Amino acid sequence: MVDLAEAPARHFHVKVPPGLLLAVAVLAFVLLAAFVPALLTGHDPITGVPAERLHGPSLHHLFGTDETGRDVYARVIHGASLSLRATAIAVLVALLAGSALGLLAGFRGGWADTAIMRVVDVFLAIPPILLSLALVTALGFGTTNVAIAVGIANLASFARVMRAEVLRVRNGVFVEAARASGVRWSGVLLRHVLPNAAGPVLALATLTLGTAVLEVSALSFLGFGATPPTPEWGSLVAGGRSFLATAWWMTTFPGLTVAAVVLAANRLSRALDGGDR
Amino acid sequence: MRRYLLRRFGQAVFVLWAAFTLSFLILYLLPGDAVSAKLASGEAGSSATPEQLAAARAEYGLDSPLPVQYLKRLVSALHGDFGRSVATGDDASHMVVTALPPTLAVTGLALVFAVLFGGGSAFLGTFTRFRWLRQALLSLPSLAISLPPFWVGLLLIQFFSFRLRLLPALGTQGFETIILPAVTLALPTGAIIGQVLAKSLATQQEEPYAEIAATKGASRWRVHFGHLLRNAAVPALTVAGVVAGNLVAGSVITETVFSRDGVGRITAAAVTAQDVPVVQAVIVLAALVFVALNLLVDLLYPLLDPRIARTPEVARG
Repeated sequence: MVDLAEAPARHFHVKVPPGLLLAVAVLAFVLLAAFVPALLTGHDPITGVPAERLHGPSLHHLFGTDETGRDVYARVIHGASLSLRATAIAVLVALLAGSALGLLAGFRGGWADTAIMRVVDVFLAIPPILLSLALVTALGFGTTNVAIAVGIANLASFARVMRAEVLRVRNGVFVEAARASGVRWSGVLLRHVLPNAAGPVLALATLTLGTAVLEVSALSFLGFGATPPTPEWGSLVAGGRSFLATAWWMTTFPGLTVAAVVLAANRLSRALDGGDR
Repeated sequence: MRRYLLRRFGQAVFVLWAAFTLSFLILYLLPGDAVSAKLASGEAGSSATPEQLAAARAEYGLDSPLPVQYLKRLVSALHGDFGRSVATGDDASHMVVTALPPTLAVTGLALVFAVLFGGGSAFLGTFTRFRWLRQALLSLPSLAISLPPFWVGLLLIQFFSFRLRLLPALGTQGFETIILPAVTLALPTGAIIGQVLAKSLATQQEEPYAEIAATKGASRWRVHFGHLLRNAAVPALTVAGVVAGNLVAGSVITETVFSRDGVGRITAAAVTAQDVPVVQAVIVLAALVFVALNLLVDLLYPLLDPRIARTPEVARG
């Protein structure tokens, strides 16, 4: 809790930086697109109008149309739900599995700590993209498998942060006090350790949101994610590859969407991390 | 110094072993094995009898119990043998090693670009007195890191190949073909180096010695280049070693985008075909590159800061 009495007066009318505002707006828009795409576009993402093949961007087709006359903007909007769902799964897997490992390592200490952190170090030594490719090889293709793979590939940093937080809090006076007054370890964990560790872990989760969007779309660009007519950001870019010379809009706009979401997530993460001054 | 190096070498060997083991666990333990996938879809069609399946599994050594498989594969891997590709029947490590040169050419140039981009933006960003320039330069890395590499590659092709007709869009032949992929690979890598170096330079700027050097008459340039950079370089070097290891992995994307031959192309194809031996060979190779680069970085530390070799504990922050 922030102690209001001690905070200097000027902190009361802090203006939200415009960049942060924009970032939140972008994320809100994409969330809206994921849940109610019909609100943002009237075009059909799956069946196109053959007469309007490969049209450039216009007021009618904001992002132009693709080789079968489908509206690219509609496909980006409808792709949001799949892309974001994959991202959410990836972040959740990384957050839950990584935090659990970190908690166990920090709490048990001793050989459990050594063993877990050694494994985590190995995860850090294999580049995330390769690790997720190996997992996709084993799990099979599809958006959900890609998401799980990206999640596992990113769990190491969560384990590290969580462990560091547990170690920091563990020896705190309030933990000692809680123990002395008879609270069991599980109680201490839930009531004291987890809430204290939540801040840094949450900031890391938003940061991972950005990486996960990038990695999920990279894997689906490579063709391991969604199967064709279904729109998904990475595969939209891949689909436009053959029309690079003639229809620049087919790759540019879906990719720009990914970049905007990642930028927004990173900006938000910086704000959560206390990077704004 | 010798103890320091021995310790580092031991860690390197451990990481390699662990990368092998982790990839073994992922690739051979999880469901979905390449042999049944191949027999179900490939040459034998749906007519694969259980006997054929068993014969194929024996051929690829998938019929023995896991610990036995693991030990056998570990021993072979120590001899550089990762088994034969399920898709092509070629020797997996041979495939990967022959594909290495074009990949190394791109990643090498990418590393140079990354250091120039990251180092340059951080150095000039902390050096300049113009506020707007400082902000612009220092926000470049966080922009570069947010751009999907596959998209950057395609944009570069659009602009430099199709619009300006300066550089070839695709292919492996000739020096011109490695420039655009190297730029694509360099952006995220350089961004991370730049972020760390800028932060570390800014910290050093606050140190008393910087002020003392300036008071004694050293020019701003001399303070920045001669004093601050050397002290700030250690964390940047650490992170450079880590992210440079990712360059080989990044070539999975760039080689697909630019239709280049190399390890990345082979990896993408191997994942598509669920070609487990090849995927494992690539992972161990990537870990090898990672380990080698980090050993190199470890050798460079004592040159920058002689204290490091004497107290091994502080070498890795």
